[in-house]
Amino acid sequence: MKFTLSWLKQHLETEASIDEIVERMTMIGLEVESVEDAGAKLAAFTIARVISAEKHPNADKLRVCQVETKLGQLEIVCGAPNARAGLVTAFAPIGTFIPGTGITLEAKPVRGVISNGMLCSGAELELDTDADGILELDSNLKVGTPLAEALGLNDPVIDIEVTPNRPDWLGVVGIARDLAAAGLGKFVAKSIEPIKGAFASEQTVATEAPEACLVFAGRLIRGVKNGPSPAWLQQRLRAVALRPRNALVDITNLISLDRARPLHVYDAAKLKGVVRARMGNSGESFKALDGNEYAVTPDQCVIADDTRVLGYGGIMGGEYSGCSETTTDVLIESAYFDSTLTHATGRATGIVSDALYRNARGIDPESCADGIELATKLVLEFCGGEPSEIMIAGQARPPPRALSFDPGRTRALAGIEVSAARSKEILAALGFEIKADGKKLSVQPPSWRRDVEGSADLVEEIARIEGFDKMPETAPPRASGFRAPPASVGESRVRLGRRACASLGYDEAVTWSFCSRAHAAAFGGGGERLMLANPISSDLDCMRPSALPNLLVAAQKNADRGFDDARLFEAGPIYLDDSDAGQQRAIAAVWRARPPRHWRAAHMPDIFDVKRDVMTVLEAIGAPVASLQAASDVPAHWRPGKAGALRLGNKAMAIFGEIHPRALKALDVEGPAMAFEIFIDALPAPRAAKSGKGRAKPPLEKLDLMPLTRDFAFVVDDKIAAADLVRAALGADKALIADVSLFDVYRGERMAAGKKSLAIEVTLQPREKTLTDAEIEAASAKIVSAVMKATGGVLRG
Amino acid sequence: MMAKTNDLENLERDLSARIAAASDDAGLEAIRIEALGKQGSISALMKTLGSMSADERKEFGPKLNALKEAITEAIVAKKAMFAEAALEAQLKAEAVDVTLPPVRPRIGTIHPVSQVMEELARIFGEMGFAVEEGPDIESDFNNFTALNFPPKHPAREMHDTFFMNATDEHGARKVLRTHTSPVQVRTMLKQKPPIRMVCMGRTYRCDSDATHTPMFHQIEGLVIDESSSMADLKSVLIAAIKAFFEVDDVRLRFRPHHFPFTEPSAEVDVGCDRSGGQIRIGAGEDWLEILGSGMVHPNVLKNCGIDPEKYQGYAFGMGIDRLAMLKYGMPDLRAFFDADTRWLKHYGFSPYLLPGLAAGVG
Repeated sequence: MKFTLSWLKQHLETEASIDEIVERMTMIGLEVESVEDAGAKLAAFTIARVISAEKHPNADKLRVCQVETKLGQLEIVCGAPNARAGLVTAFAPIGTFIPGTGITLEAKPVRGVISNGMLCSGAELELDTDADGILELDSNLKVGTPLAEALGLNDPVIDIEVTPNRPDWLGVVGIARDLAAAGLGKFVAKSIEPIKGAFASEQTVATEAPEACLVFAGRLIRGVKNGPSPAWLQQRLRAVALRPRNALVDITNLISLDRARPLHVYDAAKLKGVVRARMGNSGESFKALDGNEYAVTPDQCVIADDTRVLGYGGIMGGEYSGCSETTTDVLIESAYFDSTLTHATGRATGIVSDALYRNARGIDPESCADGIELATKLVLEFCGGEPSEIMIAGQARPPPRALSFDPGRTRALAGIEVSAARSKEILAALGFEIKADGKKLSVQPPSWRRDVEGSADLVEEIARIEGFDKMPETAPPRASGFRAPPASVGESRVRLGRRACASLGYDEAVTWSFCSRAHAAAFGGGGERLMLANPISSDLDCMRPSALPNLLVAAQKNADRGFDDARLFEAGPIYLDDSDAGQQRAIAAVWRARPPRHWRAAHMPDIFDVKRDVMTVLEAIGAPVASLQAASDVPAHWRPGKAGALRLGNKAMAIFGEIHPRALKALDVEGPAMAFEIFIDALPAPRAAKSGKGRAKPPLEKLDLMPLTRDFAFVVDDKIAAADLVRAALGADKALIADVSLFDVYRGERMAAGKKSLAIEVTLQPREKTLTDAEIEAASAKIVSAVMKATGGVLRG
Repeated sequence: MMAKTNDLENLERDLSARIAAASDDAGLEAIRIEALGKQGSISALMKTLGSMSADERKEFGPKLNALKEAITEAIVAKKAMFAEAALEAQLKAEAVDVTLPPVRPRIGTIHPVSQVMEELARIFGEMGFAVEEGPDIESDFNNFTALNFPPKHPAREMHDTFFMNATDEHGARKVLRTHTSPVQVRTMLKQKPPIRMVCMGRTYRCDSDATHTPMFHQIEGLVIDESSSMADLKSVLIAAIKAFFEVDDVRLRFRPHHFPFTEPSAEVDVGCDRSGGQIRIGAGEDWLEILGSGMVHPNVLKNCGIDPEKYQGYAFGMGIDRLAMLKYGMPDLRAFFDADTRWLKHYGFSPYLLPGLAAGVG
């Protein structure tokens, strides 16, 4: 919403400077986007008159001028060919910065003659590109007049962002009223005098869709002479970037911006029968004033006569019935359209107009007659003619009930102490009607403030006008007593896991929650219910089933930039479905496996590196790592045989290993790539939280007897999982066997085909007395038999 | 007698010289055997003691014993010297080039957004705020309707909402939450006042240009009780911003604004200095808008089953990415989500730098 300072001053008597006005607007809730003050850079320049211009004694092309300036008569050297006696032009005193040349004037001799200032061209002032001569201005201008004023450039243009709750601020009057209430001047309330109709119009209006067009007021003015509007009106419209058309149209634009009261004018000669607001019919269309053809639909409100659709109600009229220089009879429309419906039609058609903007936000429902009267006055003034009586069809919604307001609420809600008297004063200045109601006030909001529905709204009015800066600081109260831990278990685990991952060498990334459907599908997602209706682009159209595709693509991008050793992780959401429970926390990590180069032998990163990392992170999170079982069945995007799941029961807590080459191909990522993914929400609840025993730990069991170890090597079938053998050994004598660790895997020539040797070290922990040889032998026998039973393995000879 | 004494002196001189001259353990051992072995010269002299007179023995005995001790000691000392020298030689031989690079475990980094979220959780946690959570895929009710956005209201469209494609049985679509405010709704629906919470997380707007990304992060705060006012909100925000930016002097400016879910509503600017192309919070005469806030709208309380006649409170929301940029100097929002390892390593944080006193946030 743009307006000029002089326009504002039509409704606000104030001595305040533009800076003060802008500051106050900001502090009462009018967000100022910009102030364009074309005159500000011309502040030093004033009007001067050349008294005489003689040739410079030492230069053919220069003139020595005697100039009448605001500083008295001065001698000025000038190179302009048009410098001559009697010329009224722009003068810059010594010390002025000339914007067009970037030079600040100094009093120094020009070919021996001192120049006491400068006469300026349009180019030097950056007004235009004319550098051939100095400005030639109206000879009636008074010497010393500020140049900006003489050129009509002393009127700053203010551009504001209006919040949707204040459609009344879409008119300059509304802004002036609030500024006056805020003490910035006196609101100039111009009463609108009704103009008596001279005849009853045969051209009638009606509303046949009262839910869409509640009120349709019209007036015919016949015998008008349309043409350009007065210069002041044209200038006012141009200043806010509107193109003047003709007097009738310019009047509607003026009132729309001045009063937030959109109007429309029809060339009555083009109308047949009743002009009515009604819902559109399928198959109807019209050509709008923007030159586009619109097909109307039954959920849109149109204005139509007996033969055709004339335009969209409250949005844009049609070309056919528009007013032109030849219009002699004009029908003025001043209506009230339902804002929601108007808004929807605006969205559906993509039309942008000042009328739509205002009607969609909701105009003053009681402004229809005033709009017509104001327009009539201006039409008669600019174009002459004879007005009909006003026709009003339909009825405005009744005003909302008066609110009962306790002035103490301002202190309770906003923390600002405002007396009842001051509260009344503020509300009255904003147009509210106030009656005493016991200790409370009965407050009737004005018709243009339909946003005010309750006490809180009145508190806002009082607080913002009184000033939010009056709000005191209180000591922030602290919640007393015990409070719950400030983060959920899941969130705490994410924090721990995040730091564990980073300490293992992975850099944390934050990637989009969405990816392409193809990428999602390659990683087990891509379901219909996870698709976005309006993605930002087709490669971000699906909620991700995992962060892995985004991380893998990012790792490849890093490689393409020359950094091919990316190790990335992300701790963020994944989406299994669109329900609340379908969003889960996961930590995903990728490690592009590249041959390590180091003077000490190092191995190519493989599944066991990421297995180590995933177990380390799980440990850090507090997951029961010892109870997790590794298994080789994994989802399809993991490489079979080189990826595993860590499970508790049959539920996967984490997956690790190599990404399937097919999945990498779907992402266009070069492999091999190691990865892991931890499903935070799948992990069991921490024990302490479950048992409710508080944070105390069980007592430490410290045995005095030395543990001892025995080694065993078993020959087993190649397909036997090492973990099964280890588990069997561990279970052979639970009281005695404290630990089993696998230290060798051998396949090769000394082994039969299809067989391998697994060697374990078993730690025996005596509890009450030192073990005898016989007891050790017995334990060994139990181990051998347990392993044989579980795996078919035999002791290696 | 004299002759014998002289012999002892000669023998000692001779043996001492040879021990001193010995060049290795073997040579030394030979000397030891020669002197102290069964057939050794000293041993032989010891045997003669028995045949001496008592006086002779009294004089000669101690001398001979002294000789034996002296030679034994000399040999032990020499042996120790050899061991020392051998160790020296061995250590010298085994020396490595200490300038060679070791195999070092890599240390990764924490993303600034995570670091800032933990800082904020800590700051608000200290002030008694619990951390609540909610899903990204939200119902229209939680994201809009409950928050007093009337259906089809223009304010909804100002949110550039992402909609899910799928519809429910009523034809309604879920949305990607456009702000963290639906977590207010969820919290109020499940918990009776007093409520004192923040929530942080991903939010989404269908918008992408130099300063907007389709996904970003917000923190939301909500306090509901019987008396909290905007003045309390102001105090909490001042304390939080002082702690976050680690400055003592913070100026806040509340500007009236409009949000459907608060009334009164205010945008809050923080005093800053923009000279030199950098924004410094807490100094200077400029203002920078950093958050939206206000008193929770009575309609929102009603929608969430809380009696607005009895309870009131405030809410505020801030952009976390923007807070990170202001505190840590990242110039470009888009780079947050690029996963460029150069950026992550440069702007990321050590995993050992837990927000707290050590990291400068208390």
